[in-house]
Amino acid sequence: MAKKIIATTSLAGCFGCHMSILDIDERILDLIELVEFNKSPIDDIKTFTKECDIGIIEGGCCNDENVHTLLEFRKHCKTLVVIGECAMMGGLPSMRNTIPLKECLDEAYLNGPTVADCNPQKIIPNDPDIPKILNRVYPCHEIVKIDVFLPGCPPRADLIWDALVALVTGAELKLPYTTFKFD
Amino acid sequence: MDKIVTAVIKKYGGDETRLMDILIDIQDELGCLSHETTAHIAKALGIPQVDVEQTISFYHFFAREPRGKFTVYLNDSVVAEFCGRAAVQAAFEAAAGCQFGAVSRDGVIGLFHTACIGMSDQEPAALINGQVFTKLTPARAQELVAGMRAGQTLEELKGKKYGDGENANPRVRALVENHIRRRGVMVFDAYQPGAALRKVVTMSSGEIIAMVKAASVRGRGGAGFPTGMKWEFARKAPGDVKYIFCNADEGEPGTFKDRVILTEHPQLVFEGMAIAGYAVGARHGILYVRNEYRYLRAYLEHVLAEMREKTLLGAIIAGKAGFHFDIKLQFGAGAYVCGEESALIESAEGKRGEPRDRPPFPVEKGYLQKPTVVNNVETLCSVVKVLLHGAEWYNRLGTEESKGTKVLSVSGDCERPGIYEVAWGFSVNDILKMAGAHATQAVQVGGPSGSCIGPAEFGRVLAYEDLATGGSLIIIGQQRDLLKDVVLNFTKFFRDESCGSCVPCRALTGMAQIVVERIIAGHGSAQDVANLQAWAAIRKRNRCGLGQTALNPIVTTIRNFRPLYDARLYKGDERFEPGFDLAAAVKDYEAAVASA
Ligand SMILES: Cc1cc2nc3c(=O)[nH]c(=O)nc-3n(C[C@H](O)[C@H](O)[C@H](O)COP(=O)(O)O)c2cc1C
Ligand code: SF4
Ligand code: SF4
Repeated sequence: MAKKIIATTSLAGCFGCHMSILDIDERILDLIELVEFNKSPIDDIKTFTKECDIGIIEGGCCNDENVHTLLEFRKHCKTLVVIGECAMMGGLPSMRNTIPLKECLDEAYLNGPTVADCNPQKIIPNDPDIPKILNRVYPCHEIVKIDVFLPGCPPRADLIWDALVALVTGAELKLPYTTFKFD
Repeated sequence: MDKIVTAVIKKYGGDETRLMDILIDIQDELGCLSHETTAHIAKALGIPQVDVEQTISFYHFFAREPRGKFTVYLNDSVVAEFCGRAAVQAAFEAAAGCQFGAVSRDGVIGLFHTACIGMSDQEPAALINGQVFTKLTPARAQELVAGMRAGQTLEELKGKKYGDGENANPRVRALVENHIRRRGVMVFDAYQPGAALRKVVTMSSGEIIAMVKAASVRGRGGAGFPTGMKWEFARKAPGDVKYIFCNADEGEPGTFKDRVILTEHPQLVFEGMAIAGYAVGARHGILYVRNEYRYLRAYLEHVLAEMREKTLLGAIIAGKAGFHFDIKLQFGAGAYVCGEESALIESAEGKRGEPRDRPPFPVEKGYLQKPTVVNNVETLCSVVKVLLHGAEWYNRLGTEESKGTKVLSVSGDCERPGIYEVAWGFSVNDILKMAGAHATQAVQVGGPSGSCIGPAEFGRVLAYEDLATGGSLIIIGQQRDLLKDVVLNFTKFFRDESCGSCVPCRALTGMAQIVVERIIAGHGSAQDVANLQAWAAIRKRNRCGLGQTALNPIVTTIRNFRPLYDARLYKGDERFEPGFDLAAAVKDYEAAVASA
């Protein structure tokens, strides 16, 4: 059987979900037997070089670069999996969603106590090379269709492992209550 | 402020379970319930301030900040929209110089939305400082605002063209019309006040319950629970102190029959409560009335006083030693869920109107933990007639499983909206004909929590064995956009009115609204429709009927009007969400950078 090809990325996330992927410990050796990684911070491949079977997304979208990456993932991956609260719901970054963007930027660059004196020209970073911030943080499913949602902050390594095995082998996903019971 | 708070609290004996009355009275005096006022109330009652805050925050007629010298609550129900509410809203905003949800700069006019106020046969309607203004037009809205600014009183704003029947009673003086189009024998025919009570005192409580059971009277509040059985449970429940509640919360959009019954035949309702009290062994009755009907207060109080004078209430009723029963009014403050019987009881105890877990049922542990019967207004009227005329007489009307008559509130796209009292067993077609409805696309039976049916089902009959209904029929003409004008409005209603205790109710109503909006915008997928249906399956996990029925507008229209959904689905590449617009999403950033 040909190896399944996987891509992963972290958008507006903290990399905690990727840490949780690594938290499968020695099972990563088994994983390498089952799959091949393409675009991913795990192997540092920056752009898609192949069409992939599974795309794994951490984090929601807070800027236009996130959006472009997510669209690329949707184009190149047959099955799109979001992992973690940020990708599913916006998570911690979306706490800014109740505050108008202008107020956030003013506080961060113009008026905040740590910046008030060191930005005499009152510039909000605007270099064309840096991504444009979105009016709010979007969960991934508001931008592309998502096939699988794995909840948690981060999702437990066991859940990620079980889900990946199920997706790769086509077996049914076992979901014992304890893997998604959080309190 | 101190003085007012102290006086009001003294009036209610410093009883914290009277918090609703206390808050309503204080708000009447002060215009709003600020945090400072709240602190005073809490201190005077000797309860934590959060207990007062949480009650206030639950009800939408309680204001934390002043809502204007004149506060306009414009109904935003489906039928109001049919009747041109949007133009009336625009006229109010233009004349007042402020948007809905705000108070004009001079503090004279506050404009707010509110859910159905029980006037669906005379929309668009608004409450202004507790008085009802019906059949509004943009011109009338302008005139009202001008009058408010010119310093007119509420009475001057109303004018003198009062409605028909008791609406013109000097203690009511309402612009409201009854629109009784068809009178039946159970509620809207002549009866001799006091006759039933005088008959009842010759019977034992067991005999009364047996008679109500023999007539198989079923509750008219929606659930159709057998009334005799309910009374028997309460009678057998241990304890000396028991309560009879009459449920006049009537919050289901499109329903207004209880308003008309209370206007025309309040004594019939009160006698029904007294009979229930006699049968159950209860001495206290509480009529819980929605705040929207507070314009009836002086009138209802007067009817009660007259009944006491004639010893039809109070001690030794109708000359019967040991028959003591009295009734007080309890007003709500704007919350549909308070119509659910256990939420109603919580609210009457001065708390947030959150439904209780059942069991125990109210007949075991209800108001103040005592056995309590909760009955609908119309149920109690039926019982009076059963006792006067007998079970056999009652059983001659209606169908096999649904005896007697039903008072229907008919509204929407028809020539004769109003009240129709008919025997159970009439078909939807019969009603449409009576009401003068043409080119009907759909009928919403039983309000938003009921079902939306199409012409193929208009032959079905109103009865518990077929189309059960609490009595509301909203007629939807072919010119309406069913999804946008009806389904979305109802879904928003449930979202607003969910008390928030159960996750499937709180979260799903919000999610369903987003998906319906997406479908209306042409961005929905077949998967969205499938999701809505799948989500509906978990509604039974909710604690009360609100959450259990909140997705009915969606589910029943998917079932009966599927092509309307399919026609709007997105036909492009479904992997990408067509509703997301990147250029729009970065506009705020570009503007901020440009202005810095
Ligand atoms: C959300 C909700 C709202 C309700 N609103 C009313 C109402 O306005 N009036 C009413 O009589 N019953 C209402 N009910 C039904 C009551 O819980 C209760 O069943 C009824 O008052 C019992 O009276 P009955 O047996 O005479 O019908 C409502 C139920 C739910 C779940
Ligand atoms: S879900 Fe939690 S762990 Fe994952 S990216 Fe968000 S904050 Fe980090
Ligand atoms: S179903 Fe909804 S309204 Fe009823 S108790 Fe639960 S959250 Fe409250």
